[in-house]
Amino acid sequence: MIEEAVVRRVLGAALLTGGDFAELFVEDRRGVSAALDDGRVEQVSSGRDRGAGVRVVVGDTTGFAHTAELSESGLRQAAEAAAAAARGGGGGVREVALTRRPVRSRPAAVPPETVAKAGKVELLARADDAARGAGGAIRQVTVGYSDSRRRILVANSDGVLAEDDQVRTRFSVSCVAAGDTGLQTGYQTAALTVGFELFDRVEVEDLARRAARRALTKLSARPAPSGVVPVVVASGSGGMMIHEACGHGLEADLVKKASSVYAGRVGDQVASPLVTMVDDGTLGDDWGTFAVDDEGRPTGRNVLINDGVLTDYMWDLLRARKEGRESSGNGRRESYQHLPMVRMTNTYLVNGTEDPDEIVRQTPHGIYVAQLGGGQVNTATGDFVFGMTEAYLIEHGRVTEPLRDANLIGNGPDVLRHIDAVGNDFSTIPGTCGKDGQSVPVGCGQPTLRVTQMTVGGTAGG
Amino acid sequence: MAESRPELLDLARRVVGWARDGEQVEAYVSSAREVEVRAYEGEVESLSSADSAGAGIRVVTGNRQGFAYAGSLDEAVLEETLAEARDNAAFATPDEHVGLAQPDGVEAAALELWRDGLAGVSSARKVELALELERRVRAADPRVRGVRVAEYADAQVEAAVASTAGIAVSSRRTACNLAAMALAEERGETQTGYGLSVGRDLADLDVERAAVDAVERATRLLGSRKAPSARVTVVLDPRVTATLLSILGGTLSGEAVLKGRSLFADRLGEQVGVPALTLVEDPTDPRAYRASTHDGEGLACRRNVLLADGVLQGFLWDSYSARRAGSASTGSALRGGFKGTPHVGCRALALPPGPHSPQEVLALVGQGLFVQAVSGVHSGVNPISGDFSVGAEGLMVRGGELAEPVREVTIASTLQRMLQRVVAVADDLEFLPSSAAGSTVAIADVSLGGT
Repeated sequence: MIEEAVVRRVLGAALLTGGDFAELFVEDRRGVSAALDDGRVEQVSSGRDRGAGVRVVVGDTTGFAHTAELSESGLRQAAEAAAAAARGGGGGVREVALTRRPVRSRPAAVPPETVAKAGKVELLARADDAARGAGGAIRQVTVGYSDSRRRILVANSDGVLAEDDQVRTRFSVSCVAAGDTGLQTGYQTAALTVGFELFDRVEVEDLARRAARRALTKLSARPAPSGVVPVVVASGSGGMMIHEACGHGLEADLVKKASSVYAGRVGDQVASPLVTMVDDGTLGDDWGTFAVDDEGRPTGRNVLINDGVLTDYMWDLLRARKEGRESSGNGRRESYQHLPMVRMTNTYLVNGTEDPDEIVRQTPHGIYVAQLGGGQVNTATGDFVFGMTEAYLIEHGRVTEPLRDANLIGNGPDVLRHIDAVGNDFSTIPGTCGKDGQSVPVGCGQPTLRVTQMTVGGTAGG
Repeated sequence: MAESRPELLDLARRVVGWARDGEQVEAYVSSAREVEVRAYEGEVESLSSADSAGAGIRVVTGNRQGFAYAGSLDEAVLEETLAEARDNAAFATPDEHVGLAQPDGVEAAALELWRDGLAGVSSARKVELALELERRVRAADPRVRGVRVAEYADAQVEAAVASTAGIAVSSRRTACNLAAMALAEERGETQTGYGLSVGRDLADLDVERAAVDAVERATRLLGSRKAPSARVTVVLDPRVTATLLSILGGTLSGEAVLKGRSLFADRLGEQVGVPALTLVEDPTDPRAYRASTHDGEGLACRRNVLLADGVLQGFLWDSYSARRAGSASTGSALRGGFKGTPHVGCRALALPPGPHSPQEVLALVGQGLFVQAVSGVHSGVNPISGDFSVGAEGLMVRGGELAEPVREVTIASTLQRMLQRVVAVADDLEFLPSSAAGSTVAIADVSLGGT
């Protein structure tokens, strides 16, 4: 993307005021999106954004500047601005020798830019037809397609030079159904770190029917109860609960600022022995999969909790340098306009041994959550919430009536201790994770599991 | 990074000048200069400075719309972007209502949202503010164990929009803010509190208030527990009210109404709330954080009354949704920067102040739950069905006064019912960095989910 000699000179300029560490991050992102709403293809959009961010670290202070000007003079100006912000003590010319890292993300089988826009748009109408065909009560359908190609280059004064080319494709359907009880909604998303071959694996009609069925089912839903109940979380989207209940609290930046309930707990039994939790940026073609993180570090499979014992946190470069260890490949940023920080990739709970149906049968009374719709955590207290977008009552060991949308609230460490059954039906889902104003694609997953007690925030009596 | 930019409006006009016969073109061009300083343990943790600029181009041809954007103001890049938008238009479904905003003669309010002074503030002064904020948070209470966030941030934003329909407007604004998150600890328990101060230049900022707010909110939650499940009256902190109003604003979008996604679609002229409830969207109020002279399509922003004495008065429209509904734009097109197309949205919702102080509202309520903060709003509130369920923390209200702290509970109702159960709106209107201002509001008949 940028000549190696230019990269070396820009890093040299960044270090001129005496920085301990300098980094250049270059990004070139292109994407196409198309949306159908109200039976019409409203719009096809395309965008291109490219630029570079330069970071200079002196002691505990980071200076950062970014520019959309990728010429050598533009990059040098950003480097000088970052260096001025960090203001090191002594100056001097330093040469940086770069070693190119060979790791790259798997190339897309069908790069999205090789597919005609008409082929992308055609998917929208097929999904719309399928969703509307699922039932007369479906009143509205929104279908979204998007693809992106993100090329990055990272070079730093430790000599790292890494490049990656990350292609992602996403398809989503949301439906509104109308009935006597008002309006209800259902949605379904498929998203992978692949090109247009996503649609060899995902049938858009099937996705649309699942979204529609969810909205239709909820037309007969009753208000969720209010109070403490046992909760069985179905395979897949329950990974969101793992992400919120525990994942964020294991991010080293929060741990080091004593903003996590898991600070100082490595080696402790922090969860039920049934819980083994992993963050893995190399997991298949999942939404949080990529070869090289935004600090030039190859991603890996990192075990965070093993049989309930906390084994490690997730690390980015700066936090790892301070501790004299290696980054775990979790340094990510939304774009070249942002500083990297510790972020999850694909975070999941590994398979247990139980039959998921048996877990439900062994639950006399409770709630079965078939789909979660996102959540939020306060890592300092561990309190977290997540929304149920498809849930049912469990009565006498059977899944019975559908429930209206509500949040569940719990405390991360408490919930992890109260997991008393883990199924053998692991699956994953895509998501978007927000932290300090930056959004990145992540994956999460888990097998069916049961938490013996959580608070459900419905309006009906407990 | 230092070279001067071409005048944005000139550039937008130049792009529009490239339109072909029979083609409508709109160019939205914006630039921003931003600085952010984070302090941690008495040191500068990071100092970021950023210049960014870009353009979003809409092309309407044969009743079809296409869009493309680029993070650049380079003319060659903009020519490519226009070609891309033109190409994209070919794939849209023809729709006779698609089109750009037509000038409607409404005069823009004279708002001064730009402060020259902000550009002249040195980095050293900004650093000092962030450090001072952190220092004050740490010094405010012995139970403060740490500061998760102490930051100063500012932005100077300029934007212009021009179109073949005759739109040609530009605007600029400055903004700055201080934000702190305090960590308070007692007997092994940690609580957090968020404090902020916002303004258009440094003179508007109040470091002490941001610090004290963060610390008070954290320390008063120490010793909190779950509360028993019950039907209660909740008293919402102004920040929580602002969150609720932002969601409500979304349900009053004309676009949601047209597309069958508003729970208020058929209720125009009906009593949807208690008579004490009036809701106004007024981006021409300069106190509003997102005050603006023009909307995302270049029409003048204007004051729109949505609820008057509890009766639904109208919806918000941009030019497309208005044309489809046979209505007129209310100047309510929003844009998420140059990367997005205009859509209907709110900038400055507010409830006109009621007759009571917040203390009087607590006294009026007697028993209930004061909600300091909510979580899980995106996952737990469904603006289409109206189901409302969020995580909450705060303090019980007993005998008209704030009592013991509460955490890890949920509060639930429906948006429809909440409007009909508003008990009181206080007089403490506060402008927040949000699309709504907040005030203390009491709402009855809410389900508290706890033990």
